[in-house]
Amino acid sequence: MGRLEALAESVIKGDIDAAVTQTQGALDEGLDVQRIISDSLITAMDVVGERFSKGQIFVPQMLRAAKTMQQCMKLLEPFLKEGDVVPKGKVLIGTVRGDLHDIGKNLVAMMLDGAGFTVTDLGVDVSPETFVQKTHEVQPDILGMSALLSTTMPAMRQTIEALQKADLRDTCKVMIGGAPVTAKYAQEIGADSYAPDAGSAVGEAKKLLGIS
Amino acid sequence: MPWTSARRIADSSMIIVAEKINTSRKSVADAVEKRDAQSIIKLARDQAEAGADYIDVNAGTFLDRETECLCWLVETVQGAVSLPLCLDSPNPKALSQALKLHKGVPIINSISLDADRFASLLSVVTSEECQVVALCMAGTGMPRTAEERVLAGSELVGKLVSEGLPLERILVDPLVQPISVDTSTGTAALEALGGMMTRFPGVKTICGLSNVSFGLPHRGLINRNFLALCICRGLSAAILDPTDSQLMATLLSAEMLLGQDEYCEKYINAYQRGRIG
Repeated sequence: MGRLEALAESVIKGDIDAAVTQTQGALDEGLDVQRIISDSLITAMDVVGERFSKGQIFVPQMLRAAKTMQQCMKLLEPFLKEGDVVPKGKVLIGTVRGDLHDIGKNLVAMMLDGAGFTVTDLGVDVSPETFVQKTHEVQPDILGMSALLSTTMPAMRQTIEALQKADLRDTCKVMIGGAPVTAKYAQEIGADSYAPDAGSAVGEAKKLLGIS
Repeated sequence: MPWTSARRIADSSMIIVAEKINTSRKSVADAVEKRDAQSIIKLARDQAEAGADYIDVNAGTFLDRETECLCWLVETVQGAVSLPLCLDSPNPKALSQALKLHKGVPIINSISLDADRFASLLSVVTSEECQVVALCMAGTGMPRTAEERVLAGSELVGKLVSEGLPLERILVDPLVQPISVDTSTGTAALEALGGMMTRFPGVKTICGLSNVSFGLPHRGLINRNFLALCICRGLSAAILDPTDSQLMATLLSAEMLLGQDEYCEKYINAYQRGRIG
């Protein structure tokens, strides 16, 4: 197994110590930082997301892998120059108004970050007005909304309507998710995509932006 | 005696709030949509027979039609079983309409410190005779630690009592969070249960179980063990599926082990009726 494959394996396993040592080793050997990120770290997180979606691994294992990747990134960041890593896309994400649940949203944000997207997380109880204002500021490729309560789901529709009113609906794709949310509901309210879990959110995001 | 659940409250065992009539379950949503009373009645009877003290009714997914759907559920369920209900909604309009139809003393699920929710539900819970679930969360976010839960819970209980609601009518929910995301959430909820009951002697506690196992395999096993741990901390009421025989077996054996089942009568009865093993 090559160094990059071995590092990817450690990230998948969530073995922080091994992954950090291997990342340092790769740097010492003079391997290209971008390659370490794309061929080891992001590749590993793709595998993790896929296995999670299939029910082969579970939330704690996914969290552990993401934490491992973050520790490796800390080592690599000082060597990155502006423009070295081209993000897959910009994602603006938040839990909708009236809803304080953040666990699912955090998992999605973490996996998108791990997959190489730039994620701006607006937190919980985000009003349609705030989504609109931030969409204007950040100019994301994808706007992600989460709701865990059937009673707060209507805020997703209200946010999409607010985006339309502000002439921003066509500037980004809208992806939604959360326990009571369905693909049918996404269609009803004019969202572009629905993701049932954090693993598939990455796949959906790539599909939306036409990246493999 | 109809419309009361005095039996279990009197013998100090767990108050069982049966959770299955919830429109977030597709089969229930379909039944409510079609006004299929027979399906709802079957769910109500099965849960009552399995030991429910309250039947939870939730029509939240119907959004702007929630009030009519909740009212229909109240009449349909109480037309078939003589039990009080747990009216599961944050919507004051749906709750006040449902309360008018309800027979007996219901549980209202739930009120929190969120300013709008508190203000709009306060008149509902103080105007009618009812019990209320009080969520241990501040208006700003989900609690992380036991301290945050006790702090938010204490503030809410204090407010409710000062508005004239007797402590015995309040069921404190410590908010159970997934253990998969943070392995300290189990003890945080358990310690909050104990903490609230120590601070407010006479207050009741309630929780749902299934959140704890989100993101992990064999959720039923985790839920059962968590129930036993909650019982050990003095949990008064649980929102669960009483037709889940393994869960009920855990409940009965845990209560017995904690000395709450004289002569082990309930445990043995359940066994002899084929409910255990």
